[in-house]
Parts: sequence; structure tokens; C-alpha cells
Amino acid sequence: MSDIKYLPGKEPHPSEHRLIFKNIDREGWDTSIDTYIADGGYEQLKKAITMEPSAITNEVKASGLRGRGGAGFPTGVKWGFIPPNNTKPVYLICNADESEPGTFKDRYILHQDPHQLIEGMVISAFAVGAKVAFIYIREEFPEAALTIERAIEEARAKSLVGKDILGSGFDLEIWVHRGAAAYICGEETGLIESLEGKRPYPRIKPPYFPAALGLYMAPTIVNNVESLCHVKHIIEMGGAEYAKLGVERNTGTRILCVSGDVKNPGYYEVQVGKVTMGELLNDICGGPKDGRSFKAVIPGGSSSKILRCEEVFKIGKGEDAKDLAFWDIQMDFDTLAACGTMAGSGGVIVLDDSRKMSWVLNNINHFYAHESCGQCTPCREGNGWMKKISDRIVNGLAAPEDIQTLEDVAYQIDGKTICAFGEASSWPVEAIISKFRDELTAETSEDNQRLSKEQLQREAYLTK
Amino acid sequence: MSQDILENSVTSQPSSGDKNFKPFEASAEIEALADERIAHYPVSKLSAVLPLLHIVQHHFGFISKESITWVAEKLEIEKIKVLSVVTFYPAFRQSAPGKFHYRVCRTLSCAMAGSHELMDKICEITNIDRSKLSHHHPIVVSPCGNYSVEFAECLASCGSAPACLVNDDFHDNVGPEKAQALIDQYSV
Repeated sequence: MSDIKYLPGKEPHPSEHRLIFKNIDREGWDTSIDTYIADGGYEQLKKAITMEPSAITNEVKASGLRGRGGAGFPTGVKWGFIPPNNTKPVYLICNADESEPGTFKDRYILHQDPHQLIEGMVISAFAVGAKVAFIYIREEFPEAALTIERAIEEARAKSLVGKDILGSGFDLEIWVHRGAAAYICGEETGLIESLEGKRPYPRIKPPYFPAALGLYMAPTIVNNVESLCHVKHIIEMGGAEYAKLGVERNTGTRILCVSGDVKNPGYYEVQVGKVTMGELLNDICGGPKDGRSFKAVIPGGSSSKILRCEEVFKIGKGEDAKDLAFWDIQMDFDTLAACGTMAGSGGVIVLDDSRKMSWVLNNINHFYAHESCGQCTPCREGNGWMKKISDRIVNGLAAPEDIQTLEDVAYQIDGKTICAFGEASSWPVEAIISKFRDELTAETSEDNQRLSKEQLQREAYLTK
Repeated sequence: MSQDILENSVTSQPSSGDKNFKPFEASAEIEALADERIAHYPVSKLSAVLPLLHIVQHHFGFISKESITWVAEKLEIEKIKVLSVVTFYPAFRQSAPGKFHYRVCRTLSCAMAGSHELMDKICEITNIDRSKLSHHHPIVVSPCGNYSVEFAECLASCGSAPACLVNDDFHDNVGPEKAQALIDQYSV
């Protein structure tokens, strides 16, 4: 590893542990299969196809790998959900619809290291018994779609994809399927509907768990780009060895994408849980911009609940209970969950003291109002309402009770929709209001009472 | 006979960008591209709706009534199924954009880095009046027909914000001060 050189100014931070991003910004690196093979590429595929498929799944289970797309569900366990007596074809889908605001890790894998993804996918497809795999890539990555298609053709020419891979008798076709700029296609059942050529209205679970009833009603495994890349490294290291990276139940490495108000925003691949919020923001990212101080952080994509920098969290139960300051939060799934938020997709958005929370909230509300698929009434209507109310706040037209109304609407979306979009869109509102209520209320005015005099008189009469 | 489903539902309207594109025609080249894509989905041809619409939009700038009919016939499905896809997905347009279509990221990290100011600057330089946009027509084309703008939702480049797509070319770290250069790069 030590002989790897990176482009000037793009060198990894010393705290990083690069597996997935080993080749990102690497000097002399390109997307061709020759470069990849010269670097030891596709050796893990050669090893994997001599293994029993169930043994690969067991290695992934032993590795403790948790999905890197947002939910953090154990990948090996997900694979195990394919019904054992299944007679239908099995599909593998790579979710490359990266669109959670704040997340920008898959972009670099897709653009700079396509063969790592393909190798991970072929191994995964072999493990789950899929003969057809799709890469669902967002429409806004047109160049990456071409890069991946070119890479698949290169791999096909070397018998690494297609019929009878490396003479093993295993067949796998991989097709690239481009989305069309809809955030909801990142939700796995919405993605499947989209791949079937329909509007991406998510399906209800149960019964439509993709591992049993997915694409064309056949068992389907949907995994994030980064998760599939990890499979290659799990085969290389062995599940048990991989599990030594990171901390208990939060194993391996993950890419943290830091954006917003820090000196050095960017992508940092670290061992899960081995870096604290303070180390990430102050050491790795160089601290706040000159003359500024940190105010709040959205730790796992815009749908995760915001954390204030002066917060202290009570974590653990009974005798193990302890206080944890914001700066000491370990960046792993369980610690962030214990702090009432989530690690999500690894998109860390940093806000400094120059940011008005009403403006941040409004920007987020516009996103979710635009992206709601419209299938469930609470989400379709509620997100529109939340956008309108926060529009009023930023324009100085809100009355104090609007804050309460906004909060009420959020809680009426949360938990009342088919897919997790309801939570994704209402959690930021709930958290920003509960943590910055005074700041938001200060922007409202009694003068903005929305009812006319006549309406108020009528209201008073009716409630007398 | 009942009225054609597309008659009142397709919202295509004349655009100054029309000069940039030839009218839809199912040439042998387009048919071949479509057939190649359809072959990826042996279980259900319906799956090829998005790929075919991408081919149409790439070659003819937007999705017209004629092209919807072609996709439906090609995949042996009802036209309404194609239309329901076209109207749902923000990437599909029903009117011609400019020769160079600017999609500026609107979402949080880019907005914090000045993407809205970048949008204002692009509009100022290209004479685009964004007050005309509506929910159904989120794209505004310059009077000359060469440029058009649209806000995109998170382009997944938050660490090098602001980000912008010009047709299929990606640009990051484009603050408002780079608006002029971003236009000059695509002079007609």
C-alpha cells in the first residue's frame, strides 16, 4: 500500500484507512481493465468462484458488513432472506441512485473505479445465485453510465462477465439502467418499480420484501454501490479479519462525505466508529472557516436529525448510562442512533454560526416537497404544507403558531407512509424545531396573524 | 372513436430552443439503438420505457407526442403508460431546452456555497427570466434559444459545491464568479 501515490493536493488524511477509495485520485490510475488487473484486480473473483456460494454469504455475515446506503441493515442477513425453496430467477441490483443530499461517495467509485464495483457485483451475484444484475444509476451521472458500460464490455471480453465466467459454468449479465432524476428511486422497492418501467411508487412491506417478491415478483437483492465494493475486500481479507476493522457491531471502513462550513470538505474513508465527531470536524476537516464557529451538524444525509454542537446526550441504560458530548460521538451506526439521529448514508453537512436555521429548514423542505412521489396522502400533502410554512418563516410572514403547525404536520407524516420517505422528510423538521425553537420563533411575528378581522370575530363567536 | 389520450395531456409548447433539434423521426439508427436496449429486458419490455425515452430525449431534445406514440408501439404497451412515466420523472422534458441546458444544484450544501447566486448570474448573462417558470415548466429558455436553465436537486457533489451540469458535462466548484466562464465555454 505504501507505494501508492496520490495526485498532489488529493492525498488521504493520515487518519484515513482506505479500502474502497484506494484508487480514488491515485496517480497514474485510470478506469481501464488493464490498470485494474495490473493492480491485482479480479483476483478475488477468481478466488470466489471456487468457493461455495453459501460460504461467501457466510463470510459476508461474519464480516458484520452493514449496508452503506442509509439503513445500515446487515448485508449478509439481507442475502439470507432469499427463500430457500426458491425456483424463480434471482436478481441482483446495484443501487447507484445516490441522491441523499450531503452524500457524494458513490460518484467517485462509479467515475474512477468501475471495475471494483463490477468485481464486487459478480462475486455478490455468484453468492446469491443471480444470473442477471442491474446497475440502477441516477440520470445525473451520464458520464459514469458510459464509463460503467465500457468497463462491463472490457470485463466481458476477458470472460469476467457474461456466459461461463472464467470457465466456471457461472453466467452473469450486468446491465446499466439509467434513472430519471427522481430521489424516490433510491428506495429499493421504488427502484424496482422504476426498473419495471413504471412510476417509482414504493411497494408496501410486507408482503413485498424484495428478497422474496422483488423485480418481476422474483427474489431480488438491492445493495448500495459501496456495500457491493466491500464484498470484494471481505473475500480478500476473510470475514473475521474484516470484522477487526472498526468497532463491535459497526465493522469495516466507511466513507464519510463532509460538506458545508468546514475548511476542508471532502470524502474521508475511516474505520467505522474509530473517529469521533471532534476529530472529524477539527482535525481531518481543518475546523471551521476563519472567524466562524460550528453551530450544528446533520450527520447522515439531510434526512438524519440535526445535532447541536453544544448538546450532551444520555446514552446507555441503567448502570451503563453515561453522558456523551457532541464532540465525542463516535461516527458509527449505533452511537449516532443512541444520540437520536442516524449514520445514514455518511453525508455529514456542517453548519456554522452564519447560518439561519429557518433557511436551512426551508431548503430541506423544498427538496422533500419536490421529491415526494405522491403515493401517500400524508407525505404528498404534508411536505407541500411544510414547504409553504417554512417559506412564510424565511419571508418574515409567519405567525408564532406557525411553528407549532409545522411541527404538528411533521408528526402527522412520520410513521404514516408506505416507505421511509415519510420519516426522511419529517425528521429534519422535527429535530430542527425541537432544537432551535427559539431561533425560529424569533423570526415570526404576532402581526402576521393570517386570519382577517372578520374571520377572527367569526372564530371567536364560534368558540364562545 | 374516443379521443387520443395524448391530445390534451402532452404539455409540449413552442420554444425558442426548437431550432436546436430536428423533429422526432424513428430512423433506422434510432430503431437499432432501441432494439439493443429492449434486448436487456427479456422478461418485460415495459422495463425499456426509461431507456427508450432517454434515447429520444438525447437525440431530439425533448419528449414529443409523436415520440410517446413510437415508444408505446415499440414496446406494445398503452400510450398512457409511457405518458405516466414522462410526467413523473423530472429528467424528461416535454418542450425543447436551449442548445446548452444548465442544471444548477439547488440543494443544501450547494445553496450554502452560492448555487442560487450562480443561477441568478447565469440568467443575467443569458437574458433568462426565471419568473416565468411554473411547476409544469421548470425550464426557462433564453430568447435566443441557445441557453436554458433549471434547478436540479442534489447532484451528489456536496464536497465540491456548487455543482452544475451543462448538457452531459459536469462542473463542480463553480461559484457565481465563474458564471461567465461557464457560459463562454459553451459559446454558440
